[in-house]
Amino acid sequence: MPIAPVMSPDDIRRAVTRIAHEVVEHNRGTRDLVLIGMRTRGVPLAQRIADAIAAFEGETVPVGSLDVALHRDDLTERGAAVKVQPSDLPEVAGKRVVLVDDVLYTGRTVRAALDALIDYGRPERIQLAVLVDRGHRELPIRADFVGKNLPTSRDDDVQVRLYESDGDEYVRVAAPEPLEVQR
Amino acid sequence: MSERLLIRGGRVLDPLSGTDAERDVLVEDGRIAAAGARLDATGARVIDARGLFVAPGFVDIHAHLRDPGLEYKEDIASGTRAAARGGFTTVCAMPNTEPPCDTRATVEYVLRRAGEAASVRVFPIGAVTRGREGKELAELGDLAEAGCVAFSDDGAPIADAMIMRRALEYASAFGRPIIDHCEDPSLAKDGVMHEGAVATRLGLRGAPAAAEAAMVERDIALAEATGAHVHIAHISTRAGVEAVRAAKRRGLRVTAEVTPHHLTLTADAVAFGCAGGDALVYDANAKVNPPLRERDDVDACVEALADGAIDCVATDHAPHAVIEKLCEFDDAAFGISGLETAFGLCMRLVHEGRVPLARLVEALTLGPVRALALEAHVPGIGTLAPGAPADVVVLDPERAWTVDPSRFASKGTNTPLAGVALRGAVVATIAGGRVVHEEEVAVA
Amino acid sequence: MTTVRMAPETTLTPDSPGESAWSRRHLLDVDDLTADEVELLMTTADAMKEVLAREVPRVPALRGTTIITLFYENSTRTRSSFELAGKVLGADVINVAASGSSVTKGESLVDTVKTLQAVGADVIVMRHGRSGAPYLAARHAACSVVNAGDGMHAHPTQALLDLYTVRARLGDVRGRRVVIVGDVLHSRVARSNLWLLTSLGAEVTVCAPPTLVPRGLGDTHEGLLPPVRVESSLDRAVEGADVVMALRMQLERMHGGFVPGMREYARLYQVNAERLARANPGALVLHPGPMNEGVEISHEVAHGLQSQVEEQVANGVAVRMAVLWLVTRTRAKGVA
Repeated sequence: MPIAPVMSPDDIRRAVTRIAHEVVEHNRGTRDLVLIGMRTRGVPLAQRIADAIAAFEGETVPVGSLDVALHRDDLTERGAAVKVQPSDLPEVAGKRVVLVDDVLYTGRTVRAALDALIDYGRPERIQLAVLVDRGHRELPIRADFVGKNLPTSRDDDVQVRLYESDGDEYVRVAAPEPLEVQR
Repeated sequence: MSERLLIRGGRVLDPLSGTDAERDVLVEDGRIAAAGARLDATGARVIDARGLFVAPGFVDIHAHLRDPGLEYKEDIASGTRAAARGGFTTVCAMPNTEPPCDTRATVEYVLRRAGEAASVRVFPIGAVTRGREGKELAELGDLAEAGCVAFSDDGAPIADAMIMRRALEYASAFGRPIIDHCEDPSLAKDGVMHEGAVATRLGLRGAPAAAEAAMVERDIALAEATGAHVHIAHISTRAGVEAVRAAKRRGLRVTAEVTPHHLTLTADAVAFGCAGGDALVYDANAKVNPPLRERDDVDACVEALADGAIDCVATDHAPHAVIEKLCEFDDAAFGISGLETAFGLCMRLVHEGRVPLARLVEALTLGPVRALALEAHVPGIGTLAPGAPADVVVLDPERAWTVDPSRFASKGTNTPLAGVALRGAVVATIAGGRVVHEEEVAVA
Repeated sequence: MTTVRMAPETTLTPDSPGESAWSRRHLLDVDDLTADEVELLMTTADAMKEVLAREVPRVPALRGTTIITLFYENSTRTRSSFELAGKVLGADVINVAASGSSVTKGESLVDTVKTLQAVGADVIVMRHGRSGAPYLAARHAACSVVNAGDGMHAHPTQALLDLYTVRARLGDVRGRRVVIVGDVLHSRVARSNLWLLTSLGAEVTVCAPPTLVPRGLGDTHEGLLPPVRVESSLDRAVEGADVVMALRMQLERMHGGFVPGMREYARLYQVNAERLARANPGALVLHPGPMNEGVEISHEVAHGLQSQVEEQVANGVAVRMAVLWLVTRTRAKGVA
């Protein structure tokens, strides 16, 4: 299976830093800002964004984690998603929540996150930051902050690895063997 | 019956004469005409028994034919067809029918029905007490005269010791034994399987081995006190077996039978099925009374069969309807449909070297005959002596087959052996000179 | 008709074992759960507990799933616990009260299960007075069967919530000393707890009058029965215990000749403050409920600081949510 590297560890670092700046700029500061990472890889990304903000802005932004396994609408077709963990959220009512995830694809995970979030309280607004936007949205969902736009085909497998969760760091695309291309 | 039948080239095992040799057996007019080397029998139908064994037809002294009254489970026609497939040419029918066989009228019905529809000989066993309630003696004299070969309340024990004593004394006048289902009701109460580790695992109430042992001991004491003959039905425990052995040593008139399943299966069959494995199955087809017990009890029964402490094998064939077993274990009926698997299952003991084939054959023929003194009713029964009734089986101790209850002749498909591979089959059964069962012969 | 291809999303948790973590369609007993499966149940229950703590404790995870509770024995607490568990997960829950258990009293168990399945049940939560009934149901069911208690045999969700409660306070149960006291013979709760706790390395002692100890327990029956110590004196058994689990003592036992009466039973086997003092400090007291205060447990201990009875009930919902979630993961629905 041919694998194309897309982002190196440095690329990821720069993207995270840029997103952190964009978040602060777009929200005119860090007041009422809350970063919520979507399990699993969104969580370390959210923490990195918070760390970057702390470094250049000197402000601490609360970070939480959200497990959306129980809110997904494609549960029965997956079969594989068995593991569910507790979410851990700071106060969200009246806050400006930035959801953070590694890859934005169909948009269904984000929709599930929105459902879950609303059950915790009523944020003032919800924004979305992703490391990679690979296209093929199935719902009217868009990211406010994007690390890298990556056009892919449906058969591609986008692989994101982060030190905190995987012990390694990269973004790659694995394309299927030519014989396996399905029309 | 003027048909002549020649069973040629088989290895004849006749327990009475001690024969174990290649012989031809000639059957004529429903009787054994001759057994010898290379008989000439022009015009006779020939059954080729080369490479096979030939023995007297098996005699089952304990079967439930359910007829009259419970024909949905089995009737005399289907039950005797099943017997024939199992190699049995004589079946003794237990009296727990509806109405029970406690009056001459019911006995006469059974005999008449057998005359009309049975594939093999049927001997009725009469009830000991009216309604099998254990309170008042039935008209044992009348029952004996009508044709009963023994008396039993089987299904139920004769719980009251005084009644058992009176029954033994009274029945002795007619030369018939009392067959007791030994189970102390207060000890065995609510028990649906053998009490022990397996019952604990399954969370089922068990009946302890002591429930059988206690009543066996009681019956032995009563046999001694009365000098009468008591026959212990379906013995299943080491303690019971040892009591019987000791009683015989003291010369008491105590005989005992054992079922094929009590010679081979343990309580594990209830938990895990005969196929084994670790998953619990709660196999209601293994629910039987007396229950399947521990390995040690099974070993004791096998040893006792081999050394003669147990006189014979009897199937305790107990057919039931599917819905009576396809339910919660506690509510399932007790019993195994066993006529058609008896020989194959017992052959395990022969293949394991624990019981010689000759002894097994004896335990299925002469053994039961002597236990109930059946030769007084039909001279020569259980033997291949000239003049004896032409009841013969042809056996293939090596033939492998898989138990498929959907192919049973019995209406009862309730067996824990479904899908189990057995080695040893009945190839042909001749009852009264008629071929009542014949396996398909493989085309050479 | 277009098929939506579900390419493997990278939101799969990297430490998730995926499909192989849980493959059971049914939960009939705890006796063959692997350590991994138990761990998965415990962590899933953690997540479910968090859901219950939310402002709006509802998730759509089992939306469109039909759960039918089929209870042949009355039980307010277990049934309502399962019902709430299903509803929190967004499932439709239907309660069926079946009376009687044999063919003569009405529809057979197998027919009932098939009917419920035809009605559309995805999960049948079953409580039955006969040991083994859920096994019969599972053999004939294409849907999932969850055992809510069968006869004297098993009560898997109770054992799991008991374990969850103990772990919440004491952490790993390996090496912990647990005493289960009372009518073990008739208690499916006790039996399931014995299996689960011993499989995780706890040292379990069963304490009861000899008439109420099941045959074979305490002897070596490897693989067939869990390895436990049997002790007839509660004063001895409770020494150094980290967990004391009291079982309900039923009045009927007196009539079966099992015990002379409640007075003697309470005198010898009641979990009271005096006996609890001989256990380890901070030892937990558990009871599956409902409690006969004054018989197997004193009022003082039942409502004392060491009692986990209320926690057990609360944890019960979370554990049952976890069970319902996991058994429905294996259900393959047709993709339109």
